Amino acid sequence: MANIFAFAESRNGELRKIALETVTAARTIADVTGGEVHAFVAGTPGISGKAAQLAQYGADTVIVAEHSAFEKYNPEAVAGIVAERIRSGGYRLAIFPTSALGSDLAPRIAAKLGVGLVTDVTEIKLESDAVIVKHPVNIGKVMSTVKITSTPALVAIRANMFTPVEKPRAGKVAVAEAVGDPSASRVVVKEVKMGGGAKLDLGEAPVIVSGGRGLRGPENFHLVEELAAAFGNAAVGATRVVTDEGWRPHSDQIGQTGRLVSPQLYVAVGISGAIQHLAGMRTSKTIVAINKDKEAPIFKIADYGIVGDLFEIVPALTAAVKEAKARG
Amino acid sequence: MKIAVCIKRVPDMDVRFKIADIGNAVDEAGLKFDMNDFDSWAVEAALQIKDRDPATEVVVVSLGPDSVQETIRKALAMGADRGVELKAAHIPFDGLAIARAIAAELKDGGYDLILFGKQSADSSNGIVGAMVGELLGLPIVTAISKLDISGRTGTAKREIEGGQEFVEFPLPAVLTIDQGLNTARYPALKGIMAAKKKPLEVKPAQLGEATVTVTKMELPPERAAGRIIGEGAGAVPELVMLLQTEAKVL
Ligand SMILES: Cc1cc2nc3c(=O)[nH]c(=O)nc-3n(C[C@H](O)[C@H](O)[C@H](O)COP(=O)(O)OP(=O)(O)OC[C@H]3O[C@@H](n4cnc5c(N)ncnc54)[C@H](O)[C@@H]3O)c2cc1C
Ligand SMILES: Nc1ncnc2c1ncn2[C@@H]1O[C@H](COP(=O)(O)O)[C@@H](O)[C@H]1O
Repeated sequence: MANIFAFAESRNGELRKIALETVTAARTIADVTGGEVHAFVAGTPGISGKAAQLAQYGADTVIVAEHSAFEKYNPEAVAGIVAERIRSGGYRLAIFPTSALGSDLAPRIAAKLGVGLVTDVTEIKLESDAVIVKHPVNIGKVMSTVKITSTPALVAIRANMFTPVEKPRAGKVAVAEAVGDPSASRVVVKEVKMGGGAKLDLGEAPVIVSGGRGLRGPENFHLVEELAAAFGNAAVGATRVVTDEGWRPHSDQIGQTGRLVSPQLYVAVGISGAIQHLAGMRTSKTIVAINKDKEAPIFKIADYGIVGDLFEIVPALTAAVKEAKARG
Repeated sequence: MKIAVCIKRVPDMDVRFKIADIGNAVDEAGLKFDMNDFDSWAVEAALQIKDRDPATEVVVVSLGPDSVQETIRKALAMGADRGVELKAAHIPFDGLAIARAIAAELKDGGYDLILFGKQSADSSNGIVGAMVGELLGLPIVTAISKLDISGRTGTAKREIEGGQEFVEFPLPAVLTIDQGLNTARYPALKGIMAAKKKPLEVKPAQLGEATVTVTKMELPPERAAGRIIGEGAGAVPELVMLLQTEAKVL
């Protein structure tokens, strides 16, 4: 019997998709070992209303930390509460998201507990004496198998690797006491600026359309956006050249020093395919490349490549995708 | 100000890696090594503070075998004042083991800022910085792409999914550096000469027991070789058909 802790990330009172992924990852293991899944969610008063959704994906218990000081990310207070819950809960394994928030939180907790942590995990196995995970190293060029022998073991999963599956459980709500005063944190998020409305996040989008220098300037990115809109469920990404030039925000950058993504479909438009870019998207399920240079390295990994002028091909593709969608 | 910067020596990634015979490491033969990119931006951040306030002392710390001295010398050539090698037979994969050794070294050093890279290119965990901060009980801000220090207060920008967070923190603090903060300077010839005379202390790393170990490394399955399906807009109908029937993503 090994109970498993799953950190359910929320933002602005809503669960993020990766919250369902951490719970699903935990449920899948608990179903084999016979243990319980305890999901944890922190937020402003009212976040306990999300317990039912976490139960739907397999949480036996939902631990809720509600406080007005949790409106924005409050790393010190949340790390304190989570570490205390994991310490007192006797868990075998605690699962976090490898997200901006999770990557900040998980190492704090691991250090507080003095236990092992591996991030960006793509597979988890529980053995009698260890937790065994897969974790890409060397910018994704090498896959490592890593053994964690501490109890609990902490892992942070990569987005889009553990597809959420509904497996309803009771999801009884337990209230987590704050450790100290959550309003007294030294590190304070003063402001959050979101770029442009309710766009799909790169880490969560099933389809990503990315643009590179081949687009020549910010004024042409509407081509990429229109193609993304035609797919309907797509986010827009970019190369570092594009974000360095300020054509798109830095948060859109995909690659070694940007976001790591694994969508169902990745469409690279006017992107050469430098290794640093490939490091961030090579695990995408299907890759499409549009580039006028048939020697461009992106074609070496593209499942479907079209050689030619993007200014001609992308509008045609947008129209064809719309038409295909309309036919259903 | 007194600033520590933790820098890691990592292989150059622009190669095709081979797995070593022992099966849980890459074959280092023929690999080139350099300072981890994020760490060079952390060094640059410290040096920019020193540029404004020359009384600032910048200390670089690297844990690993004696070969890390080359990386430390590079930081000294960029302008750091002194270096510390935390000597270990090899660099462990366990981030907490590394963090404990670094924290033990920095604990009573009286640092106002302790800087890290966001992530190392080889082990790719992105955890050592925040762990050191926690072990030292200091405020921590991770993955920052903008930094302002005024007096004993700092403000930083962090990229989050779809936006940015603006964070305020008191000094002393531990920060991890993302790209976008700066571009690292190259060591000038004068700096390279000066670096040879700068102090570089070698101490044993207090690593303790590791609970995270790599048992196997393998090359991920190669993607099937790329396929060009056609040229120009004329190839679009074929692409849409393949997306529907073969890839089933449309
Ligand atoms: C330490 C380091 C970290 C880095 N991290 C990243 C990272 O995280 N992400 C990242 O993306 N990059 C990163 N880079 C940069 C990377 O090396 C490349 O410079 C970058 O990815 C190239 O961007 P690009 O493909 O947009 O531009 P280019 O390489 O210039 O490619 C543009 C492509 O557009 C094509 N093109 C031009 N016009 C047309 C047209 N009309 N129709 C069709 N095709 C056209 C060209 O044939 C060319 O292949 C990093 C570099 C370093 C040194
Ligand atoms: N062996 C090391 N010596 C010095 N600093 C290190 C070492 N390993 C990691 N670091 C620092 O910790 C950061 C994060 O590393 P990691 O957690 O391995 O991704 C790096 O960017 C460095 O700043």
